[in-house]
Amino acid sequence: MADQLEIRVNGKSWPVAASTDTPLLYVLLNELQLHGPRFGCGLAQCGSCSVLIDGVEMRSCVTAVGDVADREITTLEGLPAHYAKQKGLKENPPLHPLQEAMIDEQALHCGYCYNGMIIKGAELLARNVTPTDAQIRDHMDGHLCRCGTYARIMKAIKVASAAMAGGAQ
Amino acid sequence: MNMIFKSSSRRDVLKGGGALIIGFSMGGAALGAPAGSGTTRGAAAGPPDPRAVDSWIAIHSDNTATIYYGKCELGQGNTTGMLQIAGEELDLAMSQLRTVRLDTNVTPDQGATSSSSSIERGGPQLRAAAAQARQVLLGRAAKKLGVQPGSLVVSNGVVSIDGETGGRSVKYSDLLGEKPFKAKVTGTAPLKPPSQFKLVGTRVPRVDIPDKAAGRYEYLQYVRLPGMMHGRVVLPRGQRGFGAGAKPLAVDDASIKNIPGARVVRKGDFVGVVAPQEWDAIRAARQLKVTWEKTPPLPGNANVHDKMRQAKTVDTVIANFGDAESAFAKAAHIAGATYRCPYQSHAPFAPNCAVADVGPDHAVIYSPTQRVYESRDFLSRALGMPKEKIRVLYRESSGTFGRSCYEDATQAAAVMSQAVGKPVRVQFMRWDELGWDNYGPAHLAEVRAGIDADGRIIAYEYDGWQHGWTITATVLDLATATPPKERASGSSSISVNKMSTGSMYSIPNRRVVSHAVPMEGYLRGAALRSPLDLSFNFVSEQTIDELARAANMDPVELRRKNIKDKRWLGVLEAAAKAADWMPRATSAASATGDVRTGRGIALGTHHVSYGAAVADVEVNVRTGNIVAKRVFAAMDCGLAVNPALVENQIMGQATQSVSRVLKEEVTFNEQGVTSLDWASYPVLRFAEHPDVVPVVVQRLEEPSTGAGEEVMGAVAGAVANAVFDAIGVRLRDYPMTPERVLAALGRTKT
Repeated sequence: MADQLEIRVNGKSWPVAASTDTPLLYVLLNELQLHGPRFGCGLAQCGSCSVLIDGVEMRSCVTAVGDVADREITTLEGLPAHYAKQKGLKENPPLHPLQEAMIDEQALHCGYCYNGMIIKGAELLARNVTPTDAQIRDHMDGHLCRCGTYARIMKAIKVASAAMAGGAQ
Repeated sequence: MNMIFKSSSRRDVLKGGGALIIGFSMGGAALGAPAGSGTTRGAAAGPPDPRAVDSWIAIHSDNTATIYYGKCELGQGNTTGMLQIAGEELDLAMSQLRTVRLDTNVTPDQGATSSSSSIERGGPQLRAAAAQARQVLLGRAAKKLGVQPGSLVVSNGVVSIDGETGGRSVKYSDLLGEKPFKAKVTGTAPLKPPSQFKLVGTRVPRVDIPDKAAGRYEYLQYVRLPGMMHGRVVLPRGQRGFGAGAKPLAVDDASIKNIPGARVVRKGDFVGVVAPQEWDAIRAARQLKVTWEKTPPLPGNANVHDKMRQAKTVDTVIANFGDAESAFAKAAHIAGATYRCPYQSHAPFAPNCAVADVGPDHAVIYSPTQRVYESRDFLSRALGMPKEKIRVLYRESSGTFGRSCYEDATQAAAVMSQAVGKPVRVQFMRWDELGWDNYGPAHLAEVRAGIDADGRIIAYEYDGWQHGWTITATVLDLATATPPKERASGSSSISVNKMSTGSMYSIPNRRVVSHAVPMEGYLRGAALRSPLDLSFNFVSEQTIDELARAANMDPVELRRKNIKDKRWLGVLEAAAKAADWMPRATSAASATGDVRTGRGIALGTHHVSYGAAVADVEVNVRTGNIVAKRVFAAMDCGLAVNPALVENQIMGQATQSVSRVLKEEVTFNEQGVTSLDWASYPVLRFAEHPDVVPVVVQRLEEPSTGAGEEVMGAVAGAVANAVFDAIGVRLRDYPMTPERVLAALGRTKT
C-alpha cells in the first residue's frame, strides 16, 4: 500500500481515505465533514466550493486531492484563524471582518454562494485592503449568486475594507 | 428607503386590526392530534390539528417559546417575519423565540411555500394562534394575580398589572412552562391593533444569517446518516420533449464494474447509480452505458414561438371590458407588436439534494421541497408505503424560486434507498438540474393599445400563448412508469395574468385572451418566480411606453393620468421620486458615441401587491452590450412586517429580473435541452450587477400581501423601456442579448 495521503486543512493534518484523483471538495465534505465549501457545479464555474490554497482562492471541485498534499488549505471555518495569522493577532477573532460585514449588511438570501463570496472577498482584502469598486467587481466576477445579492456583498466588502484599513492604522 | 402611509379611516382600521379573516384549509384531510398533547411531539405522523394552540406554540420553563408553522425558509427570511408576527401577539422578544424546520410529524400544514404566501396567508393563521395563546396565558395570570385579564400588561413574557409599578408579576413559564395549552384556536381572540405594534413593522435582523455567514448552517447538502451511500440519477443529458419521457431500452451494468461498490438501481423507467463514495457515484453516473429510446423532435428554441402560434389551443377570455375592437377606431395613436419571451430555468445555485432512509415499513426523508406534505403524498406513491409511515424533514438548500428539481431529488433518494436498504444521499449534477428543470414556459404575445387625443388609454388587447405546468416530477413519473401529465387549468396552471396586462390602468375597453398550448412536444413547465409576469410586463409596459412616445407625453405623466387606484399611484410616485424622475418626452437616441444611456419606468405585479421600477441602462451600440446601472424599485405589499426583509427581497428581485431579461434563455435543439451549465445558461455576473435602491411603501393598516415576486415584472419593463430610451429602437424579444441589440439596430458585430 502506498503511503497514506495527508492534507493540511485549517492548520491540522488529516489522513485521506479517498483516491488521489478525487476532487478535494468531496474529501472536505465527506471525510472532514466541513460546512463551508459546497457543491455548485463541479465545473469551476460558480465558486461555491472555493477554498484558499496557500492563500490563493481555488475551486476544490476540480482540484485533485493528491495535488494539494503539503499545501496549506483554508476553508471558511478556518478563515478567522487564517486572518489572525496574517495580521499577527494574538487571538483568533470569532469571525473574519468580511463575515462580520456580511451579517451587518444583511447581505445574503439563501447564503449558498457565501462560502465562495467570503473566501474570494477575503483573498482580495488580504492583497489590497482598500480596493476600488471596479477592482471589487473585477475580482469577484468569477463568483455567481442566483438570489441577486451582489450589491450588498459589494457593500459588505467595502465595509470590511474600512474596518480592516482602520484597524491597521 | 421607507415611505409610510397611515390610513385613519375606520374601514381600514377594521381591515387591519379587528377583522382579519382566519381561514384554515382542511383540504378534506384527516386532522391529526394536537401536537404536544400527551404524546411526544413528532412521535406520530402529522399534520397536527391546526385548531389546537399546541400545534403552533410551546412555552418553555426558561420563559421562551418555540413557534411551529408550515412555511419553509428559502433564504427569503420568512423565519424572522413569522417569529415577529408570533412575538408581537405574545409580547415576547425575538431572543425568546425560536422555531423548528418543517417536519411532517411536527409542523402544521400551511400548504406550499409558494406564491409569496408565507406572511400573507401563513401569517394570519399563526397570528390567530398566538393571540389565542396570549388570551389563555392572560386568563391564567389573572387568576393567579387575582385581577381581571383586562388590567394586565405583558412585556417579554412577564405579565404584570397595568399601572402597578414594581408590583406583582408572573412569567409565562410559571403559568405554563412545558405544559400544553389544551386550547382551541377559535379565531376570536383579540388581535393587537397596528398602533400598538412593537415588533411587527420593525427592521429585525434575520435570524438565519449569522450561522450562514459563519459556515455553521446545516444546509441539506450537509446531512449525513450512518452507513449512507451516495446516489446519482442517470438521465439523458438534457431533457427531451414533454410526454416522451426518458425510456431506457438497455442498461449495461457491466460498464461500471471497475468502480468500487457502484451499482445500478432501476425502478420502472428510472435509472440511478449508488456507491459508497460520492466521487465514485458521480463517475458511475457518467460512465454507465444506457441506450435511450429515440424521442420525437422538439421545435428548438428558435422555432418554439412559431409552433405555439400555429398550435391548436384552448382559448380563455381572461378580461373583457367594453368593446376594444371598435374603440381602436377612435384612437389618436395605436401601438402594437408581437413579442417573444423565452423558456427560463429556476437554476438554483445549489443543485437539488435529498437524503433518504427507507426501511421495510418506515421512511425518513430529508428534502428541500417547498411542500413537505405534498412530497409525502408523492413519496407514498413512489415507495408503495402509506403516508403515515413516511416522515419528510425539510432542510434548506439554495434559493429555488419555484418548482426546480427538488421533488426529483427527493423521489430519487427515496427510491434508491428503498432499493439498496441503506440511507442514500442524492445530489443532482449541474447538468441534471439545468437539463431536467420544470422551466418557466416560453410566451408569445400579440398586443395593441390605443390612446385618444387627450392622452387617455381607450383600447387594449392582449393575446398570449403559452403551455401549462406539470406538478409531478420527472423521477416520480419514471419510477412509477406513469406518463407525465399537464395541469392545464385551475390552480397550479398558468394562463395570461390579467393583473399584469393593463389592469393597473383605467382602460374602458380591454380584452385579454389566453391561448393554452398543449405541453406535449414542448419542455416541462412549472411555476418560476413571478410566473410569466416578466413576460407580460415586458410586453405590456413597452406597449404603454410606446403610447407615451406616440402622444409625446412623459411616460410617468401618461401613467399618472390613466391610473385611478391610489396604491398603483403610490408605487409609481415612490419609484419616480426615488429616481428623481424628470419629465422626458423624447428618446435620448440623439446621443452620439458608442455608449448610449437610457432611463425607463414601468409598473408590474404578480397578483396581489404593487410594483414600480425605474431603470438606468447603458447600451454599447458597437458591441450591443446592455448594462443595467441602477434600478429604483418600489413595492407596496400592505403592512410590511419587516421592511428590511422586503427591501432585501426587492434587491434580489431587481437583480434577478435584470439577469432574466438580459441573459437567460433555455436553449434546445430537436433532440433536447442544450443549456446545461453556467456557460450555456448564463446568469448576471458580479461585475454586471446594478445598484438597486429598494423602496418599501409601508401601509400599516392594510393586510400584508406577498413580497417575494411582485416587482420583477416592473423591473423587466423598466429595463426594456430604458433600452428604447437609449437607442430609439424597441426590442420585442428577450433576453436582450448583444446579438439582438445589434440586429435591432441593423448592425453587425464589429
